Amino acid sequence: MVAGCGGDTPSVLDPRSDDARRVEGMWWVLFWISCAVVAVVTGFLLAAARRRRAELHVDDQIDRRPVSWGDRFVVIAGAAVPGGILAGTFAFSLVVLNDMGSGDRNLEIEVEGHTWWWEVRYPNGAVTANEIRIPVGETVELALPTADVIHSFWVPELQVKKDHIPGADNRLSVVADHAGRFRGQCAEFCGLQHAHMEIMVEALPADEFDDWLQREAQPAPEPDGADAADGRRIFERASCAGCHTIRGTSAEGTLGPDLTHLANRETLGAGVVPFTPGALDDFITNPQDAKPGVSMPPTELTPDQVDAVVAYLTELE
Amino acid sequence: MAATTTHDALLGETGIPGELLPQRYDGPRAFGWWGMVWLIGTEATLFALLIASYFYLRFRNGPVWPPDGIATPDLALPLIMTAILWSSSIPVHMAHTGIRAGNVTRLKVGLAVGFVLGATFLVMTLGVEWPEKLDEFGPTTNAYGSLFFTLTGFHGAHVLAGLMLSLWTQVRAWQGAFDESRHLTVQNFTMYWHFVDIVWAFVLATIYLTPHL
Amino acid sequence: MTATAAPDASATTTSTVERLEAVWAEPPGLGSWLGTVDHKRIGLRYFYTGMAFFVAGGIESLLIRTQLAGPDLDVLGPEGFNQLFSMHGITMMFLFAMPVLSGFGNYFVPLMIGARDMAFPRLNAFGYWVLVASGIFLYSSFLVGRAPNNGWFNYVPLSGEAFTPAINIDYYAVGLIFLGISSTGGAINFIVTILKLRAPGMIVNRIPIFVWGELAMALQIVFALPALTLASVLLLLDRKFDFHFYDADSGGDPLLWQHLFWVFGHPEVYIVALPGFGIASAIIPTWVRRPIVGYTYIVIGELSVALIGFGVWVHHMFAVGLPNITLSFISLASFMVAIPSAIQVFAWLATLVAGRPVLRAPLLFVLGFIFIFVIGGVTGVMFAAIPFDQAVHDSYFVVAHLHYVLVGSAVFPIFAAIYHWGPKITGRLLNDRWGKVSFWLMFVGFNLAFFPQHLLGLFGMPRRIYTYDRDLGWGGYNMASTIGAFILAVGILVTIVNWFHSRTRGAPAGNDPWRGETLEWYASSPPAHYNFVTIPTVRGREPMWDQPELAGGAQPPEDGGRPLTEGHATLSTSMLDARPQVIVHMPHASVWPFLLTVALLVLAFAVLLDNWALSVAAVVASVGGLVGWYWPRGQTQET
Repeated sequence: MVAGCGGDTPSVLDPRSDDARRVEGMWWVLFWISCAVVAVVTGFLLAAARRRRAELHVDDQIDRRPVSWGDRFVVIAGAAVPGGILAGTFAFSLVVLNDMGSGDRNLEIEVEGHTWWWEVRYPNGAVTANEIRIPVGETVELALPTADVIHSFWVPELQVKKDHIPGADNRLSVVADHAGRFRGQCAEFCGLQHAHMEIMVEALPADEFDDWLQREAQPAPEPDGADAADGRRIFERASCAGCHTIRGTSAEGTLGPDLTHLANRETLGAGVVPFTPGALDDFITNPQDAKPGVSMPPTELTPDQVDAVVAYLTELE
Repeated sequence: MAATTTHDALLGETGIPGELLPQRYDGPRAFGWWGMVWLIGTEATLFALLIASYFYLRFRNGPVWPPDGIATPDLALPLIMTAILWSSSIPVHMAHTGIRAGNVTRLKVGLAVGFVLGATFLVMTLGVEWPEKLDEFGPTTNAYGSLFFTLTGFHGAHVLAGLMLSLWTQVRAWQGAFDESRHLTVQNFTMYWHFVDIVWAFVLATIYLTPHL
Repeated sequence: MTATAAPDASATTTSTVERLEAVWAEPPGLGSWLGTVDHKRIGLRYFYTGMAFFVAGGIESLLIRTQLAGPDLDVLGPEGFNQLFSMHGITMMFLFAMPVLSGFGNYFVPLMIGARDMAFPRLNAFGYWVLVASGIFLYSSFLVGRAPNNGWFNYVPLSGEAFTPAINIDYYAVGLIFLGISSTGGAINFIVTILKLRAPGMIVNRIPIFVWGELAMALQIVFALPALTLASVLLLLDRKFDFHFYDADSGGDPLLWQHLFWVFGHPEVYIVALPGFGIASAIIPTWVRRPIVGYTYIVIGELSVALIGFGVWVHHMFAVGLPNITLSFISLASFMVAIPSAIQVFAWLATLVAGRPVLRAPLLFVLGFIFIFVIGGVTGVMFAAIPFDQAVHDSYFVVAHLHYVLVGSAVFPIFAAIYHWGPKITGRLLNDRWGKVSFWLMFVGFNLAFFPQHLLGLFGMPRRIYTYDRDLGWGGYNMASTIGAFILAVGILVTIVNWFHSRTRGAPAGNDPWRGETLEWYASSPPAHYNFVTIPTVRGREPMWDQPELAGGAQPPEDGGRPLTEGHATLSTSMLDARPQVIVHMPHASVWPFLLTVALLVLAFAVLLDNWALSVAAVVASVGGLVGWYWPRGQTQET
């Protein structure tokens, strides 16, 4: 139970990096000290309960005898012992803090927070959204700008969180022990769909990552078949291109996510629905159904046109 | 059974035979005095936080301050205004010492002169200084502008409140409310007015003096 | 000295009572209803109004918990959810906890210090009316579907004009500025009352700890609330007039809001907690039949928490990217602020173990408070550790922590106070068996509701999300939490029913059903309009236990009791050693506090709706209200 229920639970107690392990270790120290404190206090409460009398009488004797051990007890148990424990815990926390975020950063990725999605930009020009691929075992530095309000980047298994603050240049170092998928989500209330701003970090072995990064920087593949070609034409001419970029086409909008390699993504709308052709069709037709309040309006395209666009977009690997 | 004494008398009976206590008082024995002290405390905290916000934003903005080409504030006009405001404390102080000695005339004259000087300060702020600044920048230009007009504006609002308190005190003085044993309102007004003057010292230093450093 | 009165003395007492009654009774009618300055009536109104908002906040929380009971539910949409969680926080902090705790203070501080009223009776009335008006103002936002929707701490830029142009945020800012007037006025009232109105002989180290708790709360309010007021004013200037305090593109900084808010916000949680500590220190001695152990340490503890609480606000901002060196200082202070609270906890434990507890409702709620608060306290210490904080900040671990400390240190003591002091207020005992049922339902319900939330935070669930996926493994804990919330609600309901049933049909309580040690038990139940027949002279910390002549409710003059029958008067004493100094004549009922409040309410709506002409008129009306308030009645000369 404690290690997180199910593989998909993004748990602080399921660390997959050195920093996350430091935090987890710190948690257990804090947890056991806390248990001891609560046990001691509970012990006293129970001891008091054992001394109980059944009834309160107005003519009870008031016990005026001074409690000879009272002051000493309060000072020792209430100040000296806690003071020592707290000072020690503080020192320990500083040591952990000092160890966090060490490691040479080999790669910088910009993760820009938007309402309500993440724009991910690589140094070689690759741009994607919501899913961040990193090489296993290498320390990556994430730059955390924001396009609008304050967001917070939190992938519990890999690292503590850090906020995206307008006007600040916040950085977060991330490294994954092993290949795999690590889930997170925005952790600073950012409006209507704050609940649907999922992050998926995928760590790939170094050579796979290099291949992926190179392919991601390429423009979109040419459409394969008449339907897809139609779809591309419609996309470029309709309002889609006003908000979205597909590199290699004339669609250069920057209000919404880059769709150049959309078909590689697992979900739409930053985690709100899994990526299937049907879901894509629904999302384009009316994104307000799946994610009410997003900037993307219901489409002006006919169902046939939407089908064509879906045919094109599902090819964009 | 104790003999009755009136509410107005200098001394009153507590009910313990022979014990009499004062029923008129000012200074720390008066609740109203404490009320004014604590009101000044919360307002002072407000100003302190506003000034702290000024310095916070200034240091976040970097070495160029005022930013965006705005000129470092000129000192001549503010210093004249300071002289006028601070000199108003003298007649106010004299009004207070006057009524403590029972001199109602000195009270009335002192309050009136203080009022005129304070009003002059306010008119100069709104009629001379602000328009001059607005030629160059406004509260909506940038954070500096917002800070300048809010800080001087807050202070001005407190001067205005002080002028209204002064009017109230003058009305009461003309009604014959005060004498040497009762003048808590005058004392409270005087404290508030000196407070406004002291706050101005901090506003002056913050906005006008520190950019020259 | 015995309390036996000579025939002559009882005749004196009777005529004293008649004269006091004549002076202090407020005649029935609308004028008295609108204009009462009786601290007991006002205190009781604060209590009822605050508890009504408690129920409102509770309904909001049950709606939230229902929506979150399972993944992907559709009970509430995102906008409704966001308004509800925001109003839940605002209601509980500002419209429930502070009013009820000041309400108990209002009612009991004058009684406990042996005074006949608060120092500023009309300011007291004004504070209550402003509470009602600002509550009406804030809740009117629901009627137009525009309740504040950015959480109780309302961060910019989301709360700026660009991202939330609608009036939700203006409701927040104007509402809290308005309410701040009530809290600040009330705080000044407490400070001056406690310093200057104590009974002769109540030197500084004989002040009841509940009174110290209210003083600590009041001192914090005076210095913390300006930060919230300023933050809100700057926000309104940015939103309405395009100023740039919080605007990073024009030299402003969104973090300025966070600093200003938390400079208020952290002391605010101690404002809520310290009176609760004071309640525990008041109830324990009576119910274990011995004086409190470690009085001096407890008092130093209360004041230290109040002071150190001003130095830790940045611990709410550990994830914003500040330098580690800055964070380390705050971390140290945040660890150390636990010590004065720990001192108090162990003083209570020592008293409980040294005495002979009687486990009836008042003490059960106090024991529940200690257990729950200590759990909240240890998780608070966890947050002081920067790396751990950065991991679980803004997650359900915080939600768990804050409810453990706040429900622990405010709600449980308030319920203890209801059972302990209810009989003093109503003159009738509450049903103790129902009190125990209420306690156990609340205790079990609370822990079931909030303990699982620690786990949810550790498992990655952020705060303020209106729904979550089914494959995250959060559903079971959320369901448990929702069930617990409903059990807690039932437990609360039991006490509410108990209160209303007992106030007309409970057994009569008499002056002092528990044989309490402090002066509220010197008065009758409920107290007379004038509180006490004679203002007593006290000679110790537990006057009702040590001075038998107080038992009759009228300490005779030869023992230091002062009838003070001339006029609407009470006694003012020196600050440290409580020597009688002056006789203070208190104002009678006045309708001006109510009228001034109406003018301010109009002003609030005018500002909300950008109606500047109406705003100016309302300001003029408010000045008129102040003039009417201070205009002397009956005599020209200054009093």
